[in-house]
Amino acid sequence: MFEFLVKRLATIIPTLVFVSMLIFGLQQLLPGDPAKVLAGEEQDPTVIAYLRTKLHLDEPLPVRYAYWVGGVFKGDLGESVRTQQPVLELIVQKLPVTIELALLAMLVALSIGIPSGIVSAISRGTAWDHAANVFALWGLSTPNFWLGILMILLFSVQLGWLPASGYVSPFEDLGANLASMVMPAFVLGNGIAAVLMRHTRSAMLQVMSSDYVRTARAKGLSERTVVLKHALRNALTPIITLGALELGALLSGAVLTEQVFTIPGFGKLIVDSVFNRDYSVVQGVVLVTATAYIVLNLLADLAYFLVNPRLRG
Amino acid sequence: MKSVTRNRWPALLLLALMPIAAHAQTLRVGLAEDPDALDPTLARTFVGRVVFAALCDKLFDLDEKLAIIPQLAVGHEWSADNKVLTLKLRPGVTFHDGEKFDAAAVKFNIERHKTMPGSNRRGELAPVASVDVVDPMTVRLNLSAPFSPLLAQLADRAGMMVSPKAAQAAGDKFSAKPVCSGPFKYVERVAQDRIVFERFPEYWNKDAIHFDKVVYTPIPDATVRLANLKSGQLDFIERVASSDMDKLKAEKKLKTSQITEIGYQGITINIGKSDKAKQNALGRDPRVREAFELSIDRQGLAQVVMDNEATVGNQWVAPTNSYYAKSLPVPKRDIAKAKALLKAAGEPNPSFTLVTPTTSDAQRLALVVQAMTREAGFDVKIQATEFATSLNMADKGDFDAYVLAWSGRADPDGNLFSFHGCKQPLNYAGYCSAETDELLKLSRSQRDPAERKKTFEKIAAQVLAQRPVIYLYHRNWLWAYTPKLTGVRNVPDGLLRVSGLKLAP
Repeated sequence: MFEFLVKRLATIIPTLVFVSMLIFGLQQLLPGDPAKVLAGEEQDPTVIAYLRTKLHLDEPLPVRYAYWVGGVFKGDLGESVRTQQPVLELIVQKLPVTIELALLAMLVALSIGIPSGIVSAISRGTAWDHAANVFALWGLSTPNFWLGILMILLFSVQLGWLPASGYVSPFEDLGANLASMVMPAFVLGNGIAAVLMRHTRSAMLQVMSSDYVRTARAKGLSERTVVLKHALRNALTPIITLGALELGALLSGAVLTEQVFTIPGFGKLIVDSVFNRDYSVVQGVVLVTATAYIVLNLLADLAYFLVNPRLRG
Repeated sequence: MKSVTRNRWPALLLLALMPIAAHAQTLRVGLAEDPDALDPTLARTFVGRVVFAALCDKLFDLDEKLAIIPQLAVGHEWSADNKVLTLKLRPGVTFHDGEKFDAAAVKFNIERHKTMPGSNRRGELAPVASVDVVDPMTVRLNLSAPFSPLLAQLADRAGMMVSPKAAQAAGDKFSAKPVCSGPFKYVERVAQDRIVFERFPEYWNKDAIHFDKVVYTPIPDATVRLANLKSGQLDFIERVASSDMDKLKAEKKLKTSQITEIGYQGITINIGKSDKAKQNALGRDPRVREAFELSIDRQGLAQVVMDNEATVGNQWVAPTNSYYAKSLPVPKRDIAKAKALLKAAGEPNPSFTLVTPTTSDAQRLALVVQAMTREAGFDVKIQATEFATSLNMADKGDFDAYVLAWSGRADPDGNLFSFHGCKQPLNYAGYCSAETDELLKLSRSQRDPAERKKTFEKIAAQVLAQRPVIYLYHRNWLWAYTPKLTGVRNVPDGLLRVSGLKLAP
């Protein structure tokens, strides 16, 4: 396992360098002149010229990349040209919000998706199975934006139970924080729960028909032990992979959900920055989310070791 | 006796707390976008101006009829040659950091606007050659050429005054903690989440301020913004979706305001920006452009696109504006005449591409225009393009026609000069006429409104004949707010003034 860990860590650095080049390079393909977008309505030529110099837009691409990477190594991710706030400060402001939303959404997804997947697999063909499948279809086919607005109209405008949108830090008021996160976490978790349910169901069905499960049953083990201890453990490997990928996607920001519930996370930040051609913000945020993805995948690989003894050899 | 006294305590306590409770009020405003840098010199967005209205006082302000009224300057005087403007300043004004507002501060601010790298105010104050401090409360602006729109510029961001001490100390990081002299001072900003201001106790007009805090929350989606207002999380929202207005008015649960904007919605036509102008009949032939305009039913367009929340128009100012050229009224739709013009031009079925930003209003407008003009024989192809890209295309002249809106300026010059002056930065149409340039220059040298109006009429006659921009309508600023909120002033620049606003308990 130690050898595996060292090998994986050794691949992270070149991957990150490659990702940073990719982020930088792809961004240059965006049409439109960032200096013009940032110059606002007036389009004053002196302002455009100033911004071009400030953003090094007249320099060759490798030189601009070197400026950026040099800053990254010094812990300076640059400054938002639009709001003049340091990118690092923006990331520090948004990251806890995004992490909290991602974790709560995953909690919703796991607590709905895995149990319903198991129930659906072991009760194949029954009303439980059909109900779980209908739920999965609903979760997959419901647009987050639509569900979010409907929930706001019901729980905030009509019933007045939850705040319509906005974010309160848990350090300020934990109750208000949870109240503001319930709806967005459910909206996000709902879609992922459906995917997890489908995967859990198919993995469980496959495992339940294996020889060792039959052996376990033949040994006289209770159905509960067979399902939860023997079958689920093996079925979890693909679910962990999927969960890590979904969590990675959540950490890169849930654009529409953040937009509907006015959650100040990565999603809104990155979309606004792309539209405003605020390059340093886009680069900084993508670099952080790419790193999060890589680390999560590493953690998923380590989790395989814990659930699958065969990999430990 | 003892028990009576004891029973009084809660009541007395309540009474003691009442004045605090009455003042401990927060005004919660929902914005349609997150503002850019909170530095009046660098600021570029409309929404930033909404926020500045509570933070930074200006030398002048605008009233509901767009008249220029005193704010930090209490009086002004022009020299006979219109090249010197002398301002008398309001005494007893301090900045949020306790620094005194005086003539030296005005000089510092005007010079900062003019010289700071990246300043968006440089162009607005270009004719100001120098600033003299006459005495602590009098300042003189010396112009290189007469410039009558100057007062209107000083009633916008170019007239906003920041604390010289704070600005010098912060350099280009001033927007991280802006220090002005407005009714509220800066507390914090979390990008895309909130901007918080608190009451400035030493404000010169403190009796008109009835809130302890103002919190601005950017909520881009109009439905969500309205849901927040309905659920009581906000007190005021700007830019309500036009489709929600009828229902809001019928429900009568919320108050609404509709104010005709000082900007416009139009279609810019490439008539000389690039070689592309010569490649299609629309850019080449004024008769085809006239036919295009005649095939549009502006009222129908405003109805479908804006749910009638707009005033149709054909000039850079609305028909209600005192500078509107009444001799050139909004033309009615005339398909027969449009067809005749196309026939005369030898182009019965002109085809061109209409570039439009991807906002739903702009796309709807393009679709309706496409359908309306088809009846006259036009074949309009719509190209929906993300805003940054479309702006680049417009600047390079890589378009035939472009759906473009302008947020507007209080003086007509701000809607005109940069768009129709030769080689001006916003002249995407490529319109250039020496005669129009002369008239534009003349309008800037005239101070008498009647004289200016005559000059604007002459400009309108020239520009509207060539149709570099086909002006369609002037949108309404749509606001909704809790019925408890009183004192809302409907100023056409679309900015919420916090002075005089009150929230009933």
